[in-house]
Amino acid sequence: MSQSTDATSGDAVGADAGRSDAALLKPEALDDAVDAARKAFDAAPDLTALAVVKPAHLGDRAPVLLARRALGSLPGPARAEAGRRVNAARTQVQEAFDARRTVLETERDERVLVDEAVDVTLPFDRIPRGARHPITQIGERIADVFVAMGYEVAEGPEVESSWLNFDALNFGKDHPARTMQDTFYLGESEESGLVLRTHTSPVQIRALLERPLPVYVVCPGRTFRTDELDATHTPVFHQVEGLAVDKGITMAHLKGTLDAFARAMFGETSRTRLRPSFFPFTEPSAEVDVWFPEKKGGAGWVEWGGCGMVNPNVLRACGIDTAVYSGFAFGMGLERTLQFRNGLPDMRDMVEGDVRFSRAFGV
Amino acid sequence: MRVPLSWLAAHVDGLPTDADAVGEAFVRVGLEVEDVHRGPELRGPLVAGRVVEIEELTGLKKPIRWCHVDTGSHNGDDGPRGVICGARNFVVGDLVVVALPGAVLPGGFPISARKTYGHVSDGMIASARELGIGSDHAGILVLPPGAAAPGEDATVLLGLDDPVIELAVTPDRGYCFSVRGLAREIAGAFDSDFVDPEICVEVPPADGDAWPVELDDPACARFVARRVDGVDPTSASPWWLQRRLLAAGMRPISLIVDVTNYVMIELGQPLHAYDAARLTGGIRVRRAAVGETLTTLDDVERRLDPDDLLIVDDSGPIGLAGVMGGASTEIGEAGEGGTIDVVLEAAHFDPAVIARAARRHKLPSEASRRFERVVDPQLPPVAAERAARLLVEHGGGTIAPGRTDAGAAPALAPVRMPLELPDRVAGVTYARGATVRRLQQVGCSVAFDTGTDGHGVVVACPPSWRPDLVQAADLVEEVLRLEGYDTVPSVLPPAPPGRGLTPVQLRRRAVSRALAEIGSVEVLPSPFVGPAVWEAFGLPADDVRRHTVPVVNPLDADRAALSTTLLPGLLDALVRNRARGFSDLLLHTVEQVVLPHRNPVAMPDPDVADRPTDAEYAQIKAALPAQPVHVGVVLAGDRELRGWWGPGRPARWADAIEIARLVGAAAGVGLRVTTATLPPWHPGRCAALRVGDWIVGHAGELHPKVVEALDLPPRTCAVEIDLDALPLRDDRPAPQVSPYPPVTVDVALVAAADVPAAALTEALEVGGGDLLERVRLFDVYTGEQVAEGSRSLAFTLRFRAPDRTLTSEEANAARDAAVAVAADRFGATLR
Repeated sequence: MSQSTDATSGDAVGADAGRSDAALLKPEALDDAVDAARKAFDAAPDLTALAVVKPAHLGDRAPVLLARRALGSLPGPARAEAGRRVNAARTQVQEAFDARRTVLETERDERVLVDEAVDVTLPFDRIPRGARHPITQIGERIADVFVAMGYEVAEGPEVESSWLNFDALNFGKDHPARTMQDTFYLGESEESGLVLRTHTSPVQIRALLERPLPVYVVCPGRTFRTDELDATHTPVFHQVEGLAVDKGITMAHLKGTLDAFARAMFGETSRTRLRPSFFPFTEPSAEVDVWFPEKKGGAGWVEWGGCGMVNPNVLRACGIDTAVYSGFAFGMGLERTLQFRNGLPDMRDMVEGDVRFSRAFGV
Repeated sequence: MRVPLSWLAAHVDGLPTDADAVGEAFVRVGLEVEDVHRGPELRGPLVAGRVVEIEELTGLKKPIRWCHVDTGSHNGDDGPRGVICGARNFVVGDLVVVALPGAVLPGGFPISARKTYGHVSDGMIASARELGIGSDHAGILVLPPGAAAPGEDATVLLGLDDPVIELAVTPDRGYCFSVRGLAREIAGAFDSDFVDPEICVEVPPADGDAWPVELDDPACARFVARRVDGVDPTSASPWWLQRRLLAAGMRPISLIVDVTNYVMIELGQPLHAYDAARLTGGIRVRRAAVGETLTTLDDVERRLDPDDLLIVDDSGPIGLAGVMGGASTEIGEAGEGGTIDVVLEAAHFDPAVIARAARRHKLPSEASRRFERVVDPQLPPVAAERAARLLVEHGGGTIAPGRTDAGAAPALAPVRMPLELPDRVAGVTYARGATVRRLQQVGCSVAFDTGTDGHGVVVACPPSWRPDLVQAADLVEEVLRLEGYDTVPSVLPPAPPGRGLTPVQLRRRAVSRALAEIGSVEVLPSPFVGPAVWEAFGLPADDVRRHTVPVVNPLDADRAALSTTLLPGLLDALVRNRARGFSDLLLHTVEQVVLPHRNPVAMPDPDVADRPTDAEYAQIKAALPAQPVHVGVVLAGDRELRGWWGPGRPARWADAIEIARLVGAAAGVGLRVTTATLPPWHPGRCAALRVGDWIVGHAGELHPKVVEALDLPPRTCAVEIDLDALPLRDDRPAPQVSPYPPVTVDVALVAAADVPAAALTEALEVGGGDLLERVRLFDVYTGEQVAEGSRSLAFTLRFRAPDRTLTSEEANAARDAAVAVAADRFGATLR
């Protein structure tokens, strides 16, 4: 509390004490009291000081309250007039107090906010960020794209019967294509009939055997081939396969679906191109190239996967009338898709589980 | 398959000279271009020269020759050029290639006249490698006599201006392993006329057999033998033939070998040449007997399999049919008169038999590569004739009048196809006549019929080299690919409304996301394990997790089985991250594990002509191991990092169990936690996770011995839950949310230290009745104020009524009831 505050309040209290109560009712005295209160309040530098000076001007012994008590000693008409003066003075003091309090409260509130300011750039990485593997994310993204087109997501086991992985897909027992896909054989010998699926295509057969027609499914999943791990190969990888079997399905439908898929994955300007190829389970068969606008060195075609019209032999192995139904199928490698879409240089990053790799892709 | 453009052009009218245009056309019709090899970077002058004089220089560290080479019009004023040469594989009179001063050889190697070894070397005599046309650097390139005149530009002669296209051939197109097949394809692609090399070879009528042949096995459908007597085996192959072989990627060896290789590349029919003098009696084709052996041309003695098809004579096996000939009848030294009598074999074998033999003996040869993809069965007499004539033309001798032609070419059945099927499959209306023209282009003979529905039907007889054309779909593909896939429009099919993701799929996503959101990083660990990890885990010998599905052909012999748990792969990833400098780790994965059945079911192998029976399909599924989806989590180091806010907090068993509960919550299931003892977990810090009484997983800290054995960070923790074992809750009850105020009461219960907190909590929940809304443990105390062997657990009980404000009397009564059950079950007392 400053010296001047002490002096002001001291003067006011001293003045009160030195006057008779009736004298307090004089207009000049009331004006003085109001004036003194205003000065005292305005001089209070903070709310604490304001609280200290308040009793002298608004307390029981304050001049305006003593003046009110003195009203009773006045005759009727004079009393009414003096009463109005006292009330007005009382109100003025109260208003002066409220005004000063508001000012000081605002000042205090602002000061608190300033005092509480912190360095918001401090990191609070108390719990490190988690992430989901980009293969999982792209698999879900693709599934969502096809679910939006009315497809359902079909799944199957990774240890698969040779019959579902090969025979039912029109790979004859000695078809050279069986050796095209370097297969992990399981069990006691190659003849056990168990393999690690070399592609997600056996899920097609399961879908056709188990679901009512028409069938529109998409099958993302983990697949296996006996490739040594290097920058461009991994023995454990992922594919996504699409299958539509319905009445009147044409290769134009295949092309339309692939184009829609490409747009969903690579932007509105993307599209696909088909090149004749061979797969036992499709006839006609094609390789799919995709127009990739962000290709390194400029937009261009990138090899993406394989596709074709489901071979009638495959439909027959699933007991489907090929005179009524036809279908298309396509498949892509998820690692390959990620590699060119995200410019990933080395396949090994996908399998080694380095936290920096997954974290780059977020949740 | 590599083919020089000029060789194709010999059979296709008006073939473009631009190799890229030809390559693109191949791609359009379904052959993948692997590479286009252009001529090497080379600038002339490069000319043919004849060596006229060789002077051996002496007194040098290595033998050096000073040669005079006649380069015709490029000779100097005083005749042949003088060239210094270090190679010794040529003699006076040989035709060589001379790079003259000013030439720049591949690799930017400039040639100039320079003084060396006391002479001015006015050019260089080049090897095949220096010219960039092969890898042969054993000596300089000696051209066959008559290949060129001295001084002639060697650039054209060497074919340096002739690009070579390298193509990948799909397994259904065996005929494309020949110039004949490729030329037909490229002619179709350009709609040009095709000249079949086969029809250029006239096969004259024969007089008797060339050699006695008996076919004892149907796997050899046809065997043609032709004999050429008196061939000079030292004759050089003509340069044009050598050059084409070089371009095709084969090394010229000798006339007889070169001719068989040349005809194989030209027509696609592999040939074998026997030295007639080394054959003993007639030739037979049969399967191998058990224990039989054969020494093949590569001088390896091979133990034969009863499935192997053999060419034999009276001496025993003389060849592994369609794969590799035997050493005993190989063309050897010339006999009397410096000549050899050659028996040429051109046969047709069952592709599957050859494929199996080549795989079994790991002998992928040029022959087996073709035979396992089917060779035109009409070719044997043509190919034998072509080879015989080339031998006579360049090696002398005469073709014996006889020809053996045992067996017969299998006939191909005609294929019927509705005329409009290609349009229907493609979703395109093709021009009238396109279908028939395209089928004729691939070699079909086409007739018409009317189907039962009154519509037109194409009846196509596939050509002998297209046994892959067996059903209408195969013909459709021929029409579509030759018409061009780029003509197929883009139309979205109207798929029916789908049902969205299944609850199981949604659950898997929810779990994966929940873990990532609390700071876990998803990894994709390898499924392969070996027994070493079970030892490190301390699994007893009869632990079910040791019962794995073995991999017959693993990449890593130490990890030759499929894992029954996700933890080994996750711990590998943990160790790898730690080695890369990360110590605070929380990793997870959601994958299938493979649990073989105790009693395996035989895997059925149903026919593919129709749907398997329900019983067969059920048995296929039963014969597969169980493959539930598990969730695995490992954590080590600090769960909360140190920072300006204070010290870090190490990950511990409680984190693992809380993460397990989170997995349950994300899957919509509250997991019960009970104490458990299961390796690889710490016996005192392992929780079993249960749904009801059913154990669905474990969580906690790993056993210190496991941590030591696997070199893990101390106190590494792990969780594994069988996600598929969690019940699907798609009907969660709607909670009753009472708007009335609660009464909360704290109680501290003293009980024996081995009474699990979860059990006491459950007792309070049971005793608290309907008014008890929640029990929460907030403190655990052991110490002086409780008896030894006991501990105090402090709980907050929150009571609330659904329909009124609860009085404290009601709440206290309920609290007493809760405590009473705890007292009754575990002797717990209020502290």
